[in-house]
Amino acid sequence: MENSIFRIREEVEEQDPDARREFLKHLLSGATTATVLMAFGPGISALASTGADGSKAKHRFAYVININNCIGCGNCVRACKRENSVPSGVFRTWVERYVITGKGVYVESPDGALKGFEAVNDQIRKETIRSVTVPKMCNHCDTPPCVQVCPVGATFKSEEGFVLVDHEHCLGCAYCVQACPYGARFINPAIEKSDKCTWCYHRIKAGKLPACVTVCPNKARLFGDLNDPDSEVTQIFKEDQWMVLKPAMHTDPTCFYIGLPREVI
Amino acid sequence: MDFALPGDALVNYIFPNNHEVWWSLMIVIYPFITGLVAGAFVVSSFYHVFKVKEYKPIANFALVAAFCFGMFAALPLLVHLGQPQRAYEIYVTPHTTSAMSVFGYVYSSYLLLLMIEIWLIYRPHFIKMANKTTGVWGLFWYALTLGITTYNPESEKYDRKLSTFLAGLGIPWACLLHGYVGFVFGSVKAISWWATALQPLIFLSSAIVSGMAMILMMYAFIMWRRGGHYDYAMIRKFVVSLWIAFVLDWALEMLELVHVYYQRDLHWAEIGPLLSGPLWNSYVLGQITIFSLLPTLLLGYLVLFNAKGKELLHWSNVGAFMLVMQVLLMRFNVVIGGQLISKSSRGFVDYHFDFFGKEGVLTAVVIFLGPFVTYYIISRFLPIFEKTGGHADTN
Repeated sequence: MENSIFRIREEVEEQDPDARREFLKHLLSGATTATVLMAFGPGISALASTGADGSKAKHRFAYVININNCIGCGNCVRACKRENSVPSGVFRTWVERYVITGKGVYVESPDGALKGFEAVNDQIRKETIRSVTVPKMCNHCDTPPCVQVCPVGATFKSEEGFVLVDHEHCLGCAYCVQACPYGARFINPAIEKSDKCTWCYHRIKAGKLPACVTVCPNKARLFGDLNDPDSEVTQIFKEDQWMVLKPAMHTDPTCFYIGLPREVI
Repeated sequence: MDFALPGDALVNYIFPNNHEVWWSLMIVIYPFITGLVAGAFVVSSFYHVFKVKEYKPIANFALVAAFCFGMFAALPLLVHLGQPQRAYEIYVTPHTTSAMSVFGYVYSSYLLLLMIEIWLIYRPHFIKMANKTTGVWGLFWYALTLGITTYNPESEKYDRKLSTFLAGLGIPWACLLHGYVGFVFGSVKAISWWATALQPLIFLSSAIVSGMAMILMMYAFIMWRRGGHYDYAMIRKFVVSLWIAFVLDWALEMLELVHVYYQRDLHWAEIGPLLSGPLWNSYVLGQITIFSLLPTLLLGYLVLFNAKGKELLHWSNVGAFMLVMQVLLMRFNVVIGGQLISKSSRGFVDYHFDFFGKEGVLTAVVIFLGPFVTYYIISRFLPIFEKTGGHADTN
């Protein structure tokens, strides 16, 4: 898996041309501005997600969260905050604790589980049927509503599976925040622009794993290339025991869950 | 929380990124002001397109008012943006899969259409003033004539044709402008309170209601300031139209509510607790009961019992005020209400009014006063109510 991540470094860089600049060049050189704009169809995101030679990407990344392995330590949340300088009060990833009782469900995520969780009180403990901790993050959907609604194409989906935000062009309108069914997006108060998990794109480019994956002590978080037959995520994907969050939204997440209780939304 | 929570939740759980209502008061007054534009334009079209004679005295006034509201319709959006200096990008690199991307083009073209129509109507006045004034003011009026200082019956005939065409074109354009706003909300599947195909129609019909009601109140105020020469025949006709428009609007709103209630699907699981909880006062009591039922009964009484004179004037304005409030509440309940449902589907976000902030009440009030100040300034230069004004008045 490590090898496959190292292999993609050059290709990812190739497939991230400054599409907008190219687009504007075309636009200025064209005689009929409005026609050109309409004719470009999907616009910037399509350009940005296509390789320089128009070929399909060699890598198709996916993320796997194994609920059975998560211990709710919050290491991932802390690592993400540090790695990506995420301001307090907003989260690129967080962990929820579900305490399922006969009367209903207690759900909590105190400060995103930045400091983990306190022990459940005795009264609730007596009523508990089961309890799980569930990491959450951007699902890097295959049909991402956030990409669809961005009025200027500042957010886009790359062929390798990353849903990214181009901070050079984000207006900070927050339409993508509204459109995301998972609450994964937020307006970063430090920069007044839309922000979210990038699967640590900068680390992947450098041949590393996402920070949250690196620090997980129990392999609850896995990241790899679905095009690599030897990667762990491919093996898990083959077993076909995975689930996704909010399947009724039909966003086709590429963040897959193992052991997801039905109470988790 | 003293109300039921969705999803078998025992505690109010909100996703960590859902604590803030990202679309706040600016996004409440944006569709409200845009609605006033569309509604005011519809009033002007009653005469300019459909030639309903009773609306002649207020046709040009409604058009100028629509323009004044239009001037400020986009300002709340600009204030709301995290990066307002990049707003132009929606024109140069619109992402065409986004409903929001057409905003720049639809809004600008509509404002341009309003400007051209007003210019055509008041062109004779600009020419008259340019010919009889000198100095700086002469230059000012000359600039408004765009260099053409003669006006003959042929010009009038041509202007009238063109302005009628623009007024006709303006109706679908106004529908597009406001229907689009509804679509921006209605197409968000992640928010159950927004996601309905009826949203564009509801936004459009409520826009017409609010615009008509606002025009009636502005007319009454201006006429009161000008000595109380009210056109009661027009007011009566106006009240009938306003009443019918609101009954249709209310019916659409109720259809949506009854439909989602009757289906009892995933949406109702969130919307039911929302309405019996955070939106109980502003939606259930405010929007669909007090400010809908009372004006419907009041205007219905005025229409069916043939009220006349001062009784008609006073009570129709009370009804119009309640309708403006109804639509303002509707905008609030849609925009804020939808965001109160956390995407965790297990809790509701707390919303508190900000007063001095960027999205605060003060900013909203200042922006909302903008169109009225603009109207006051424009009315110093245009003979909006004078019979010798634009060519449309010479019919």
